[in-house]
Amino acid sequence: MVILRRVQDALGWVPRGAVPVIADIVNLSRAEVHGVVSFYHDFRPEPPGRTVVRLCRAESCQAAGGEALADHVQNRLGLKFGQTTRDGSFTLEAVYCLGNCACSPAAVIGDELIGRLTPDRFDQIIASAERVRR
Amino acid sequence: MNSTTVFIPRDSGALSLGAERVAVALMVEANRRRLDLTIVRNGSRGLYWLEPMIEVATPQGRIAYGPVAAEDVALLLDADFLHGGDHRLRLGPPEDIPYLRKQERLTFARVGVIDPLSLEDYRAHGGYQGLTRAVSMKPEEIVEELVLSGLRGRGGAGFPAGIKWRTTLQAASEQKYIVCNADEGDSGTFSDRMIMEGDPLVLLEGMTIAALAVGATRGFIYLRSEYPHALRTLSEAIALAERAGYLGNDVCGSGKAFRIDVRVGAGAYICGEETAMLESLEGKRGMVRFKPPLPAIAGLFGRPTVVNNVITLATVPTILERGGNFYKGYGMGRSLGTLPIQLAGNVKRPGLIEKAMGVTLRELVYDFGGGTASGRPLRAVQVGGPLGAYFPESMLDLPLDYETLAAKGGLVGHGGIVVFDDTVDMARQARYAMEFCALESCGKCTPCRIGSTRGVEVIDRLIAARDGEKQRAVALLRDLCDTMTAGSLCALGGLTPLPVTSALRHFPEDFGLPATAWQER
Repeated sequence: MVILRRVQDALGWVPRGAVPVIADIVNLSRAEVHGVVSFYHDFRPEPPGRTVVRLCRAESCQAAGGEALADHVQNRLGLKFGQTTRDGSFTLEAVYCLGNCACSPAAVIGDELIGRLTPDRFDQIIASAERVRR
Repeated sequence: MNSTTVFIPRDSGALSLGAERVAVALMVEANRRRLDLTIVRNGSRGLYWLEPMIEVATPQGRIAYGPVAAEDVALLLDADFLHGGDHRLRLGPPEDIPYLRKQERLTFARVGVIDPLSLEDYRAHGGYQGLTRAVSMKPEEIVEELVLSGLRGRGGAGFPAGIKWRTTLQAASEQKYIVCNADEGDSGTFSDRMIMEGDPLVLLEGMTIAALAVGATRGFIYLRSEYPHALRTLSEAIALAERAGYLGNDVCGSGKAFRIDVRVGAGAYICGEETAMLESLEGKRGMVRFKPPLPAIAGLFGRPTVVNNVITLATVPTILERGGNFYKGYGMGRSLGTLPIQLAGNVKRPGLIEKAMGVTLRELVYDFGGGTASGRPLRAVQVGGPLGAYFPESMLDLPLDYETLAAKGGLVGHGGIVVFDDTVDMARQARYAMEFCALESCGKCTPCRIGSTRGVEVIDRLIAARDGEKQRAVALLRDLCDTMTAGSLCALGGLTPLPVTSALRHFPEDFGLPATAWQER
């Protein structure tokens, strides 16, 4: 787990090729290591986009307009949850609770936790992420 | 002139609302005006509708301002806020804000008050007195103090903490462990995070007392990966405590060793279940274990292990410092002490409220929370996270007490309350409960793994069904819920029926059902 965590944190995903290497180090079968990788939501099997948008979809955020926000976010990015834009700029993921429920709805965009997110604020943040890139 | 101290929270919630930008703006502006000030990054007081809330230390005490945006900083300085000057954002002394004044803060006494990473500040506010007392006591005496306090596991299960410790103390083994469950996954809860970011030393102190009580030498904090800020404060706090001899080979001169490591999870709700957490700590898939054996007897790596939630452990120092009898003086019935309640969702004043157990939902949602944020009528509250029951407004007079809520088909859980207004579709919420269970099930037992997926389908069918077919779908759903409740290994499968059946019982109209459709048997 600790090794996988480091790989994930360093690369943003866990490449398939890492599994036999890790299995060798910890003296487990490849199947066992693959089992751990596939169990946890954080370990991505594919590289994510340059900016990852993780939107909370749990109850507190639902109660605070999270569903309408989720529709807006999907339209703005042209993505469904779990997808990455073709140019590799954005990945949209659902999360279930960021522990920021007193400031619902919440999201993590890039590395930053955002509270009381509105469609307008979301558009601003995404626009500035796009500007930085150009 | 002496330097003025300004407090700006480092709490994730405050940061998510721009606290960092406020701190930077204040530093830049103070530099420009050649003002001498010290910025302390404290935890949050838990008044989240006022965040970022900053406080300034004046000779008359601390004065709060909020919610402050970076753009307000220059104007605040113009209004001489460094001396408590008047401004439209001025809130007065924080202790006088009714939301805080009406609370009974024991576990959260220091959160938002002190610098979380200052040992001096921690000690000046009563820190390490519980541990100092524990060092002079026999293990049995520490355990009995905890038993006397009546403290029950604040993670959700509500099992008496003292009994758990006694079991581990009596288990013979060369190696024992303390595991802190910091995998706070319930929607609507954030009290663990607030402690870890706002007063991490109290958690380390509580774990150290637990170690002395049961004879453990290693401790682990299993932290969810969604809490990067908590990871940072915890890691720094552990380093501080080690340097000062509160952790290490010789804890406070007791001759006993205790070390704590933080392990970060990888996004699996089920790892908040204690046996799945132990599996995950051992580097495996977070699959639930059969019980018995209890973790208290055969836990981490098969050794006797105390597994407690953050709040439970963070409450231990108060109990040791002031005695079990003192703690037991709060609360009602068999629910003793205080509970840090987290108010979230569609509510005007969300935040953290620590009160003696027995406080009613109505007091919390209206007196503290001020009703819905949208201003629309309140329709439902979900108490105790995604596995907790939905209650209608007519049941808000229920007291927050383990036994009362259980008798009404609900649970206290980790103390989260999520408020919904009248736009909520309860059939959709019931469906979501099953969907969440399907997504997060570890897959070990069939009722949870398969039942949750069938549950989503049956609820879909129930919603779409015509009159005549509805009763059949209800009967099927009832059967399925019974199977999950009785046949699941752990609380995920076993309690997912609670939000589903409570939605059906109290809000049958959302399923197109008559009021009597869900009769108790």
